[in-house]
Amino acid sequence: MRYIRPLSIEDAVGLLAGSTGTAAILAGGSDLLVRMKGGFVEPDLIVDIKAIEALSEIRETADGFSIGAAVPCAVLGESTALKKAWPGVVEAAKLIGSKQVQGRCTITGNLCNASPAADSVPALVAAGARASVVGPGGRRTIPVGSVPTGPGKTSLAKGEIIEAILLDKRAPRSGDAYLRFIPRTEMDIAVVSAGVNLTLDERGVVTAARVALGAAAPTVLLVEEAAEAIIGRTLDEAALERLAKVCFGACRPIDDKRGTIEFRRKVAGVLAKRAATTAYARAGGK
Amino acid sequence: MNFDPRYSTRNFASVGTRPIRPDGVDKVTGRARYGADFNMAGQLVGRVLRSPHAHATIRKIDTSKAEKLPGVKAVITAADLPDLTDGDAAMYDILDNCMARTKALYDGHAVAAVAAVDVRTARQALKLIEVDYELLPHVTDVDEAMKHSAPLINDAIFTEGLEEKPVKPSNVTKRSQFGHGDVHQGFGHADFIVERSFKTEQTHQGYIEPHACVASVSSDGTADLWVCTQGHFVYRQHCAQLLGMEASKLRVTSSEIGGGFGGKTHVWAEPVALALSRKAGRPVKLVMTRDEVFRASGPTSATSIDVKIGARKDGTITAAEATLRYSCGPYPGSWAEIGAMTAFACYRLENVKTVGYEVLVNRPKTAAYRAPSAPMAAFAVESAVDELAKEIGMDPVDFRIKNAAQEGTRSSYGPVYGPIGIGPTLEAVKNHPHMKAPLGKNQGRGMACGFWFNFGGQTCTDLNIGMDGSVSLAVGTVDVGGSRASLSLVAAEELGIAYEQVKAIVADTSSLGYNDMTDGSRGTFSSSMATISAARNAIKILRERAAQMWDIAVDDVVWEQGHAVAKGEKHGNLGKLSLKEIAAASGTTGGPIAGHSELVADGAGVSFATHICDIEVDPETGATRVLRYTVVQDAGKAVHPTYVEGQYQGGAAQGIGWALNEEYIYGKDGRLQNPGFLDYRIPVCSDLPMIDTQILEIPNPNHPYGVRGVGETSIVPPLAAIANAVSNAAGVRMAHIPMSPPRILAAIEAERAG
Repeated sequence: MRYIRPLSIEDAVGLLAGSTGTAAILAGGSDLLVRMKGGFVEPDLIVDIKAIEALSEIRETADGFSIGAAVPCAVLGESTALKKAWPGVVEAAKLIGSKQVQGRCTITGNLCNASPAADSVPALVAAGARASVVGPGGRRTIPVGSVPTGPGKTSLAKGEIIEAILLDKRAPRSGDAYLRFIPRTEMDIAVVSAGVNLTLDERGVVTAARVALGAAAPTVLLVEEAAEAIIGRTLDEAALERLAKVCFGACRPIDDKRGTIEFRRKVAGVLAKRAATTAYARAGGK
Repeated sequence: MNFDPRYSTRNFASVGTRPIRPDGVDKVTGRARYGADFNMAGQLVGRVLRSPHAHATIRKIDTSKAEKLPGVKAVITAADLPDLTDGDAAMYDILDNCMARTKALYDGHAVAAVAAVDVRTARQALKLIEVDYELLPHVTDVDEAMKHSAPLINDAIFTEGLEEKPVKPSNVTKRSQFGHGDVHQGFGHADFIVERSFKTEQTHQGYIEPHACVASVSSDGTADLWVCTQGHFVYRQHCAQLLGMEASKLRVTSSEIGGGFGGKTHVWAEPVALALSRKAGRPVKLVMTRDEVFRASGPTSATSIDVKIGARKDGTITAAEATLRYSCGPYPGSWAEIGAMTAFACYRLENVKTVGYEVLVNRPKTAAYRAPSAPMAAFAVESAVDELAKEIGMDPVDFRIKNAAQEGTRSSYGPVYGPIGIGPTLEAVKNHPHMKAPLGKNQGRGMACGFWFNFGGQTCTDLNIGMDGSVSLAVGTVDVGGSRASLSLVAAEELGIAYEQVKAIVADTSSLGYNDMTDGSRGTFSSSMATISAARNAIKILRERAAQMWDIAVDDVVWEQGHAVAKGEKHGNLGKLSLKEIAAASGTTGGPIAGHSELVADGAGVSFATHICDIEVDPETGATRVLRYTVVQDAGKAVHPTYVEGQYQGGAAQGIGWALNEEYIYGKDGRLQNPGFLDYRIPVCSDLPMIDTQILEIPNPNHPYGVRGVGETSIVPPLAAIANAVSNAAGVRMAHIPMSPPRILAAIEAERAG
């Protein structure tokens, strides 16, 4: 097993592209190290990206925010501007694991681990976030939702690294929120989750919305019909009921140790309603 | 040296105070040595290969490739642990559980083990061991296992305890029955009858410290074992017997213990580590991973229980009956029997009958878990009692008070009670502000009672007085809950000296006579009795030495508040002699001063508790939140009240986890799906409210200070108290533990649908 800590993204890409055997990227390590300790993986090469300076920054740009791949989730919570613009994304990142885990884990790692239950991913998909990918062929920007292709699988090619997650600048009267269901209060994995992002007009009518569900299918679900259920409406009781019903129907969950199909469907609807209500209030809706 | 254990009233100076525990600083600074903290020069790493199958014949194990791997120093299978149990069936089961012989009986059953120079090599070696399994049909559910069509786990087992000897083998190893009166007649007199079936899933003790040991077998046949255990003397006996050693040649030293709760009263990895060390000729350290802890150690029974209780309109219970089925894992046990004994122990009943069935399943061997078997029985009974009170239209506390057992009551399991605490705990609950606090929307309150026998047992203690007047107390019961502090208080009390003058240690098996293990809430009860006895023996010598120093008759010397005092007119002008002064002179008055004690601590007083719990249920998701929790329990006499409260809180916390989320989840393939703390959900800090406690002290007549065991009773009422609270909050009776959100939501939806 080789462990290398390159200083540039190009070196990291080169190492990964030139590797034989299994290679793994180490940022926070909160998934990788656990899997190694459990004997589930034994990589031949580990590329630690934490020494690449640019990856450890949150940058506020003219277009919005760029969150480096090695930025720990706890740091997201310390950025006042990010919290103000994307409170739903930050609250999702701050639900991962425990306080200690949040000091290490990253939203990029959460995305690339490709768990259907990843907490930050539905919030990012609802937010319309994009991933900046660097690889042997150069840079490309892709929607966050297109990264995971199934449990534990991503669309990234050999040698490709996500260097940052990009979030847009906020339109006025916008808000987002993320909620997950866990049987405990913390230190748990989402049984099902919902991220809602919406924008209102001056009268409180929803003009744009994105609703994403987690742990409801093999990959995160962007439910367009759910967005349509609340667009053009103030978030009245009927709109919320319609939202819940659509989410119930859109889920394709499984029965497993964390929950049943029936339970996940019902709770997906409940969480979507509650997250929409919070997002609406954050957008200034009354 | 006749020791009189009977209770007499006294004014305590040390007992009942709350000094800092002697092991506290080391534990919070990380200096304390737990099982995995012990290391020896040249030690190897031990690792165990475990069956991935729930039930399989082991056709062949080929270890040759593993043996050839550089760095591997020993590979063992069942062949290296030959059967020396000489017809002792229980010991044979322990042996078979430590290392599968002909069949793997559960997912996680050990089939081979290696000792290698490092972890990496040991892991690689495990991968090189080839096991040829022939898969057999399996059964993991307790009710399924009882069916005639169920796969047989052991075809040599015929149900014991039946009137007619069975002709066919069965997964039911034993039937047991308790009770008195005529339940049929009793139900005939009832105006109301509640009859309901309950299920509880299997839970693990969830101790934070995994099993860990270092074994070192010398070429001269002697051996040392450093291990995290609740009973090093019992581990010595068991390991020695399984390995064919003389017990005296095996010295076992217990480490600090990061939780046991009954799960560290059984040997699992220790005989394996010793066998590896014997074969390799080097010390072997064996530490279980969390995955192994879940798959191969611990758990308590899964149960299926039917309860029927009848009562007259005035609230008098006329008859009570229960059938209890408990899973034992793949080896016979007496878990249902204990459940059947405890089920109705809180009540004064004319007609009562309980029947227990021990059931084999392809799951790990059931182990003791804090008041083993009682919480599940209490869940079923106390749920039905609550429901019956509701049907009659009586307050649940008043209904229980009306039927509570008292001094002189013949218990449902046989013995007649002495002075007991069930009535007082119920009265305390009735008057507790918690019972009167308002509840909000979707909130419910529940209460329930619980009972535990408490054990005593063989105990041996040494008390040595140093020349500087300090006292060292060597006990043989492992300190799992602060007993070193409590026993130091007892020694200080008896000798009349300061707590700080006493230092208690847990001695190894070669330094002290045999002690039963710390189980059955016996640690402080029995070792305090032995400490009092040892201290009184030391006082006798202190008086003799003082008499010698004064040159007077020993009968004229009495011991008062840490001093020898000369009594009688003629000695009026002799000053007192302190323990310190007598100790300082000991070199010239006859040598060291010590007190010894060996006894069987009989008369452990039974213990009762009543708990109150408030729960909020989210009717849309089935999520629960514990809002408030109160424990009221009889301690007999709280030696160190802080640690008594800690026991009350700890039992309640474990009970909350068990009631709401903890469960072993098996796949159709018979494999455990959640062998880790991520998906085996014990409560985290933020899941629990501050657990309020109230200590009652109804002296145990069979202990000099009135002490009763306190460690276990606290886990008996929670399942029921929480089930009653959830049922009240959700408006539907919850009869399946754990009451996880999917189960609660499904129950609410079913109720809504009518």
